[in-house]
Amino acid sequence: MTNADFRQLWLCFGQAAAQNKEELNRLDAAIGDADHGTNMDRGMQKVAEQLTSCPPPTLQATCKMVAMTLLSTVGGASGALWGSGLLAASKVFPDMDSCDDKTLAAALQTFVSSIQQRGKAVAGDKTMLDVFLPATAELSQEVDHAPAASVIPPIAAEAKQWAEATAPLLAKRGRAAYLGARSIGHIDPGATSSALWWDCLGRVMGSSK
Amino acid sequence: MKKIMNSPDTLVAEAVEGLVISFPQYLKQVPGTHVLTRVHSKPAGRVGIVSGGGSGHEPAHAGYVGYGMLDAAVAGEVFTSPTPDQILEGIKAANHGAGVLMVVKNYTGDVMNFDIARELAEAQGIHTATVVVNDDVAVENSSFTTGRRGIAGTIFVHKIAGALAEQGASLAEVEAAANNVIAHVRSMGLALEPCTVPEAGAPTFTLADDEIEMGVGIHGEPGIERQKIRPAHELAAALLEKISGDLPLKSGDHLACIVNGLGATPLLELAGLAREVSLWTQNHGMTLDIVWTGEFMTSLEMAGASLTLLPLDESLTGLLQAPCDTPALRQGVAHD
Repeated sequence: MTNADFRQLWLCFGQAAAQNKEELNRLDAAIGDADHGTNMDRGMQKVAEQLTSCPPPTLQATCKMVAMTLLSTVGGASGALWGSGLLAASKVFPDMDSCDDKTLAAALQTFVSSIQQRGKAVAGDKTMLDVFLPATAELSQEVDHAPAASVIPPIAAEAKQWAEATAPLLAKRGRAAYLGARSIGHIDPGATSSALWWDCLGRVMGSSK
Repeated sequence: MKKIMNSPDTLVAEAVEGLVISFPQYLKQVPGTHVLTRVHSKPAGRVGIVSGGGSGHEPAHAGYVGYGMLDAAVAGEVFTSPTPDQILEGIKAANHGAGVLMVVKNYTGDVMNFDIARELAEAQGIHTATVVVNDDVAVENSSFTTGRRGIAGTIFVHKIAGALAEQGASLAEVEAAANNVIAHVRSMGLALEPCTVPEAGAPTFTLADDEIEMGVGIHGEPGIERQKIRPAHELAAALLEKISGDLPLKSGDHLACIVNGLGATPLLELAGLAREVSLWTQNHGMTLDIVWTGEFMTSLEMAGASLTLLPLDESLTGLLQAPCDTPALRQGVAHD
């Protein structure tokens, strides 16, 4: 992955956050406090602004900038998780213009481990990890045999289904957990925004083939 | 949605400025942040106390910044935890060389953001301790979930930790006292009407004319069960029985209570509810020594109330009655 691809990924996610702001708020209203779209959009617009006005020169610098920006603008659980996860991932990305596929997979794996450590959620808890865990597991497995540019788009295509598969789950972490059984039947907003991110990663990697 | 505001995006920033304008004798703003600190700071060598969380719970938390309670309050966006960089500014402002206690309500976002801020503060050589308030008995406590929420009982933690810090107790002592309160304070709330998050523009749930939502938190989120509205004495009994069963309380106990309005319930109804609490405790052979009635921890313009009980001993009674002087709570302060 090149730094230009990585920048494109975040610009794409910024557009997705803006376009889906109301939908994410609507999902959050059902099992949370109706602000997931607003919070992600606020953070991503700031990220997009920074990427356009003073784009960082390396993958590591871009990742760190996105991390710090989300950490200081999103707030809530999402800001802490995306921010600290990306900060951990930025240490895996090289301070160079590009990285190989295995490094990309390792950075994403670090992102996910950091989120697990911070949020203490596991698979099936009805969180963003219900998209990120299966996606990074598939990526880590397949990146040994094929280029990321051909491996990632099909994984990204599955991400939406993983997000939708959170609907029947009982929320065990985050504010939705307070609803107990009443959280069943609603798609998790954090998993939904994570699927939007994977959709962007799929597009960027697919077009860089 | 009708709200007195210029725009949802600027509401919190403008309200932080407005609080300083309203209470200049108490509050000042750390420039460029949503952190409010005391105008007259504590002497060096005293433990500092920081709290904060999403906005929309006013007077919490900035209303409790002042002598005998908090040193700094950090305001996030409405119902959204503040970010670690802002919390760090609050910690720095509250640090007088003896360490800083962070009083956090148990929500995933708050716990994580305060945790990141604590790591940043420790890296700068500031000793910190964190206590997490989880007084809401409406939600089950389980190690497999997020655990109980922190609601109005947080104000008793502010008061007791604040009073001890003012007396010169160490960080470990203040932390232990705060944890002792957290172990015994219990709350539960109910909503008559939902609230509208400014950014979202529509109420987070809807209730029919004769419906109430039992076990609501303080973020406009739905509660645990929908019920029919009943007379005040039945509502009080429903909340108190749940609280009492959880503690458990027994005949002969001395209690402190918060009768807390959630934002749109008149003092008339809260006062009526306070009377029901008093009657209920009398009927159960308990004594209500301290009652705070009013708005302490709100949920925007939600109609409804929460009840908080804390069993007292001599030491807790003394600390709850100790002087404090803040925008939202003043007691035992000599007047000029």
